[in-house]
Amino acid sequence: MKGITQFFSLGIVCVLVFLASSVSSTFAQVDVYDFETVEQEQRFRQLSNEFRCPMCQNANLSSSPGGVAADLRREIYRMIIEGQTDTQIEEFMLSRYGDFVLYRPRLTAQTLLLWFGPFLFLLAGAWIGWNVIRNSANKKPSTGQASGSGAVANSTHAVADVVISAEERNRLNRLLAENDLHTNANDNTGR
Amino acid sequence: MIPELGNFALILAFCLSIILAVIPMAGAARGNALWISLARPLTAGVFVFLSISLLILGYSFVTDDFSVQFVANHSNTMLPIYYKITAVWGGHEGSFLFWTWMLGGWMLAVSIFSKAMPDEFVARVLSIMGMLSVGYILFMLATSNPFDRVLPLSPADGADLNAALQDFAFIIHPPSLYMGYVGFSVVFAFAIAALISGRLDAAWARWCRPWANAAWAILTMGLALGSWWAYYELGWGGWWAWDPVENPPMITWLLGAAMIHSLAATEKRGVFKSWTVLLAIMAFASSLLGTFITRSGLLTSVHAFATDPTRGVYILGFLALIIGGSLVLYAIRAPSLKSEFGFGSFSREVFLLANNMILVVASAAILLGTLYPMVYQALTGGELISVGPPYFNAIFIPLMAILAVFMAIGPISRWKKTSTEHLRSQLTKVALAAVALGIVIPVLLTLAIPFGTIATTVLSFWILFAMFKDIRSKIANKPTVAAGLRSLPVSYWGMTLAHFGFVMTMAGACLSSIYSIERSVLLQAGQSADLGRYNFRFEGTRPVQGPNFIADEATIVVSRSGEFYKNLYPQKRLYTSSGTPTSHMGIDGRFLRDLFTTLGDQRENGGWSMTVYVKPFVRWIWIGTIFIAFGGILAASDKRYRQFKVKQAEKMAKVSAASQSAAPASLNAGMDAGGSGA
Repeated sequence: MKGITQFFSLGIVCVLVFLASSVSSTFAQVDVYDFETVEQEQRFRQLSNEFRCPMCQNANLSSSPGGVAADLRREIYRMIIEGQTDTQIEEFMLSRYGDFVLYRPRLTAQTLLLWFGPFLFLLAGAWIGWNVIRNSANKKPSTGQASGSGAVANSTHAVADVVISAEERNRLNRLLAENDLHTNANDNTGR
Repeated sequence: MIPELGNFALILAFCLSIILAVIPMAGAARGNALWISLARPLTAGVFVFLSISLLILGYSFVTDDFSVQFVANHSNTMLPIYYKITAVWGGHEGSFLFWTWMLGGWMLAVSIFSKAMPDEFVARVLSIMGMLSVGYILFMLATSNPFDRVLPLSPADGADLNAALQDFAFIIHPPSLYMGYVGFSVVFAFAIAALISGRLDAAWARWCRPWANAAWAILTMGLALGSWWAYYELGWGGWWAWDPVENPPMITWLLGAAMIHSLAATEKRGVFKSWTVLLAIMAFASSLLGTFITRSGLLTSVHAFATDPTRGVYILGFLALIIGGSLVLYAIRAPSLKSEFGFGSFSREVFLLANNMILVVASAAILLGTLYPMVYQALTGGELISVGPPYFNAIFIPLMAILAVFMAIGPISRWKKTSTEHLRSQLTKVALAAVALGIVIPVLLTLAIPFGTIATTVLSFWILFAMFKDIRSKIANKPTVAAGLRSLPVSYWGMTLAHFGFVMTMAGACLSSIYSIERSVLLQAGQSADLGRYNFRFEGTRPVQGPNFIADEATIVVSRSGEFYKNLYPQKRLYTSSGTPTSHMGIDGRFLRDLFTTLGDQRENGGWSMTVYVKPFVRWIWIGTIFIAFGGILAASDKRYRQFKVKQAEKMAKVSAASQSAAPASLNAGMDAGGSGA
């Protein structure tokens, strides 16, 4: 319970911080920078898409209307022109604003679960699937008819009569006798 | 006075919902036919009073009744009439009323289109939806009443509707999204009713399928409209941002996609029963989680609603109650839902299982990424982290690629057991052709080796060729092609169209991401900029007066390979009552590419900054989703379901006297054994 409360109060603090600074607008930001090469321009776009504006609600630098975002775009532009590498620019952003500005979280002890979680899910899924298939293969198909009815089920018209095994026939008869609701049961089996 | 009537109607709907949640459920448990028969009239009552409530809120907007707090916050005398009406869902309180009304609409639909089902089962379904309705209405009455007043000092004019929401897409995006979202509560109610009654057989799956398909198809449309709106309204040239508010509908959509596939196996082969039920619960849980995330303010986003901790706590409590209760019920009942049929290791069941695993893993990964910032805060004691598009793309794209591989094989394989020879004979040529054409075409067109494009084209051809092959072998025995095509069931066409739409959306998303180009320039009137084979010449701006905004409209003359092509008119708008600036794009949409222009602002030297984009294939993303949604609707409308209903209705009439009371569980088990073969 304490965990939830803490979880919540953190969330609320976080919201208040954002609300205080957020600018909510859909006004598109257009900066005009001259690049020496196309490659520089592409890096600029890539980087300003991958950094989060530190003072906005969820928006990256390139789509954020805030003044801070504009300053940071200018900063990124300057560093690209100065010939700094992407890693250097990322380090600069990181040292100034922390992990919050990285939309691609760094791989650290605390983000191991984030980055490897999906692989674990996939492994778990494959394992479960494998077991389902194996169990199902062991469970001997109860009717020889089933594959036929499956094929028929692909077409609109369902089969009128279903062939069932002797064991099932016995069970069905037993159940029908118990309940004495022949009509109803036949409706549902014989469709 | 009028708004109080709205509030009163809401309270009446609340009272009727309580009765609906209790009496028919108790009636079904005790075999009381009178109590069971109350379910339909009570549902109609809930819907009527919710409708009155919603209409009165709409009336308050239309008549500019700013003494109502919600109206004052979200409307303005200058607002055009159609936005006054849509402003009903332009904020938290009203949109929640709208949401609840949608639930009422789905309940009414269930009560009308359920003549074929046993009354006792329908009563349970409606009761469960009644419980949801109780929860939603109580939430409104307790924490966010749309009819709250500002009295005696009511404002003379309202604050205006958020400028980004004053757009055509906003008229249709929220209704379709909510309708799809809330539709999953129908499937949820079916699942819970099945767990309670112990009746989970092929008949149940057949009742359930049209609802699941319809809800999922509508949600598809809602998501696509949201994405389209983001594309042409937000002005950053993107169409999906993996925003925490976008992710929950995506999770619901993926789980819904898994569910409709799993339901198919449950109906046709009687397998995956408990899994289908679990998916129904999870899909609904994710829709509630989406509500929670949007309305609690726990996560921030561009389009999160008002933030209020009590609301968050309420929704979290509701979520815990509903989901916890469902899962407990599931845990008790699931062991009795063992499927009694086996299937071979190469069968359609196995491929559907693979489909389900991938879709569920994808949704789990998106959930992980969406919630991880909060987990991280807890782990590190308050530090902030962001998980954004680079992460989600890295996870989601490979998973969808694997899904695409299976998507071709699934429909060709047979239920229960498919021989490897069959698969090989059907797919060898398909695979060879897909790989060959998928590599050759992009290489010839680009004179390079573009790996992303090749992967996209190979996978697209793989699915399309397999689809074609499957149709051909299905109609091979028919006298003519036309007769063959007509003989294919509607639900088969539904599946085929939806898969085709998936291919189109996938190809559009990948190719537009790879080949979009853009350029930001500062232009004086008369100057121009080149991009690709297009030239954009800026002719200057002129002032434009809208109903509630003023704008600078640029004229941009586009020429292609030196010849005049057309004019585009992007605007920079200023909404006068709220003072918000927004961009209005100038777009030329064509089947194969979009030209997209955004006007920035005027600089000191008199020039204007602007961004121009050429976005190949971007339209395919939304055209594809239309196919997906249409396929879903088509599958839901297959006359198989209706034929059965008519037949069933006749037979029900014959035995109605005998079977008025609840069918004993043992009988259901018996039906299960035999019925699934059909």
